[in-house]
Amino acid sequence: MKYIDEFRDGALARQIAARIAAEADPSRAYHFMEFCGGHTHAIARYGIPDLLPPNLRLIHGPGCPVCVLPIGRIDLAIRLALEQGVILCTYGDTMRVPASQQLSLLKAKARGADIRMVYSAADALELARQLPEREVVFFAIGFETTTPPTALVLHDASRTGVRNFSVLCCHVLTPSAITHILESPEVRQFGTVPIDGFIGPAHVSIVIGSAPYEHFAQEYRKPVVIAGFEPLDVLQGIAMLVRQVNEGRAEVENEFTRAVSREGNLTAQALVSRVFELRPSFEWRGLGEVPYSALKIRPAYAEFDAERRFGLGYRSVPDNKACECGAILRGVKQPSDCKIFGTVCTPENPIGSCMVSSEGACAAHYTYGRFRSIPIVAAEAVELSA
Amino acid sequence: MLVERLSDDQGLIDLGGIRKSVSLALVPEAVVGDYVIVHVGHAIGLLDPEEAQHTLAIFAELERSADNADAAVARGRLVPAP
Amino acid sequence: MNTDPDLSLANPTESATALGSERKPYIRPLDLRHGRIDMGHGSGGKAAAQLIDELFLAAFDNPWLRQGDDGARLALPGWHPTQGRLVMACDGHVVSPLFFPGGDLGSLAVHGTVNDVAMMGAQPLYLSASFIIEEGFALAELRRIVQSMAAAARAAGVAVVCGDTKVVEQGKGDGVFISTTGVGVLAPGVEISGRNAQAGDAILLSGCVGDHGVAVLSQRESLAFETTIESDSAALHTLVAAMLAAVASAPADLRTLRDPTRGGLATTLNEIAHQSGVGMTLQEAAIPVRQQVNAACELLGLDPLYVANEGKLIAICAPAVADRLLAVMRAHPLGQEAARIGTVTADVHRFVQMETGFGGRRVLDWLSAEQLPRIC
Repeated sequence: MKYIDEFRDGALARQIAARIAAEADPSRAYHFMEFCGGHTHAIARYGIPDLLPPNLRLIHGPGCPVCVLPIGRIDLAIRLALEQGVILCTYGDTMRVPASQQLSLLKAKARGADIRMVYSAADALELARQLPEREVVFFAIGFETTTPPTALVLHDASRTGVRNFSVLCCHVLTPSAITHILESPEVRQFGTVPIDGFIGPAHVSIVIGSAPYEHFAQEYRKPVVIAGFEPLDVLQGIAMLVRQVNEGRAEVENEFTRAVSREGNLTAQALVSRVFELRPSFEWRGLGEVPYSALKIRPAYAEFDAERRFGLGYRSVPDNKACECGAILRGVKQPSDCKIFGTVCTPENPIGSCMVSSEGACAAHYTYGRFRSIPIVAAEAVELSA
Repeated sequence: MLVERLSDDQGLIDLGGIRKSVSLALVPEAVVGDYVIVHVGHAIGLLDPEEAQHTLAIFAELERSADNADAAVARGRLVPAP
Repeated sequence: MNTDPDLSLANPTESATALGSERKPYIRPLDLRHGRIDMGHGSGGKAAAQLIDELFLAAFDNPWLRQGDDGARLALPGWHPTQGRLVMACDGHVVSPLFFPGGDLGSLAVHGTVNDVAMMGAQPLYLSASFIIEEGFALAELRRIVQSMAAAARAAGVAVVCGDTKVVEQGKGDGVFISTTGVGVLAPGVEISGRNAQAGDAILLSGCVGDHGVAVLSQRESLAFETTIESDSAALHTLVAAMLAAVASAPADLRTLRDPTRGGLATTLNEIAHQSGVGMTLQEAAIPVRQQVNAACELLGLDPLYVANEGKLIAICAPAVADRLLAVMRAHPLGQEAARIGTVTADVHRFVQMETGFGGRRVLDWLSAEQLPRIC
């Protein structure tokens, strides 16, 4: 696969890792936060922590849109499906997120709700066209990467006069989440969460460009390196961050030059601002209310806004008392610090959002990380027949 | 991923022998032969082959830098890479 | 709206079955009073295993089921051990769409059960076929499926000796469901089971993984991608026979055979690891995957190691016979891309780990249910 395989080359990885090890100052620690589902996945899937020096730690920030979705929002979707008899279309990841009354979308489906998994927003609209007698609602979640496809679908629905389609909009914005974290007491005042720099998200940056991060670098004096989602990109991004920290710089650098420009995808941005506007505040799972961090559908597209169409009222539902997702999403705690991690809360029985999606910090640690403390017994290198 | 064919807002991309129709509405400037980045069934941006080569070259340049690092180790300035 | 977990479950519980002291990988028991079946229970992952364990095995409990293999080894009254034993296995087939590149429900039903019998080391002889058909289903399509089934059975040298037909009302079935039971004969001295893997054993794979799942997915309307990938659906019993012949002087050297169907290679290896109480270490670079399968999984956000196969087998053997078995596999049309992909290790945690092509390590976890495509 062109432009994919080259960026996964093991030999190059070792070279970059050697560079990181050589430049990392052994007398200090480095903490870099990533907030991109693609990065969380690549880091776990390719075993990147194995290639980093022990004094360099990666913190998973709130980059997983499924994980930051509050219980109350899933409840809305479940209610629509169970009580209003709509066909609820959703991305796969969302199906297992635990909500109220021990339900999830998957479990609601088992109870008779018509919930269907789609791979794209356009599929949901197509379904609405094929079944004009049913109400079809698309459960729109995601950061700035998935927002333009939703905007496109709303625009198409309006343009072609589809009467039975609406969107439950839960799109959130990356920069607001980062600001919120940087403003949190642990980071700003107490300094208990040292964040030395950020690995900027891959897909999101393709859409919004590198400009929005300049604010973090200046205001908070933290370097940001936007990195692609292939493992070599992530490693190179880390190398660039180490260098910035060592040189006392706090700039926005772009490793992902093959896809990210300073201004981003203007077509997509224009479409999004035509269809959506900012919500004054939005509740994030684990972070509480975050101002200007999410989008809602503009009045011009009101008939496609599921919240208005079905008169839905949002009810906030607190997270489980034992759940440490909030602290984990902010980087304050690690999954293993949570009392119920791996015992009550596991990928097959997730209590909180961090365990649900494979990109959540807890799920990633459970799947890929928890074995690291256990040495491999036996198995000397085996000569494999080719 | 390579754009193979265009028809109004849709295009056919080829990835490793798999062909799939995706929406090109977000990258209207894409032409046949371009590489695009796809997400949830939509192309969200173009991939610049020149920049891609440049990035790969930067990774590879590290070969020289690694030699420098070795030299530095030999002089006792840096901790050796694990 | 009570979302508080029952924290008394913070200590891993033993599963409420009669299956003795085997450590179970599930933390919470099934909620047998209020719980419902969801799609996860059918995906071949941990949730499915738990359902079988805590509901079915708990009710049926007997020594054959406790073996935990895909089929049962049975002695008939009056049969002398030197005559070997009977093997019985069964399978239900619910594929959608019914026709896909490289196969259909009919051929799949034959291959699946023939393979289950073969994975016990037995020679398959007879099949039963039970059809549940939805009202309104086209006879022409039914004939296509049945003829395909007949052709597959003839090619495999098995006879369909009994069957049944039921019709359900429209809307209560996915067109057609087929259940098959296979019966075969196991030569004396052959004892192949998922319990036999030992530290140091070699793990062999007969060919490329992910083909079947990708072929089926490519036909789903909502995905609509073009590919030349075909399902690998095939009967593996002659391959197994060749492998058994290769170790005839020391049959115990071939410890385990299993076909990685639903849940894929990773799930099946996890099952075996738990059954045998061992760990495994794989080398990613050694696992054969076709480029198009990789590409399709890339596009869909799936991992090929968890995608279903219908014509591949995993073999675990003593290290001394690994090369010999690989040679025999590669000489067979269904094993030409056979490879050694890893080694069994001693590990109380029963982790299946993999050294990535990248140089790091990852765990191939035992997924609870089928993997859901990632969006971000």
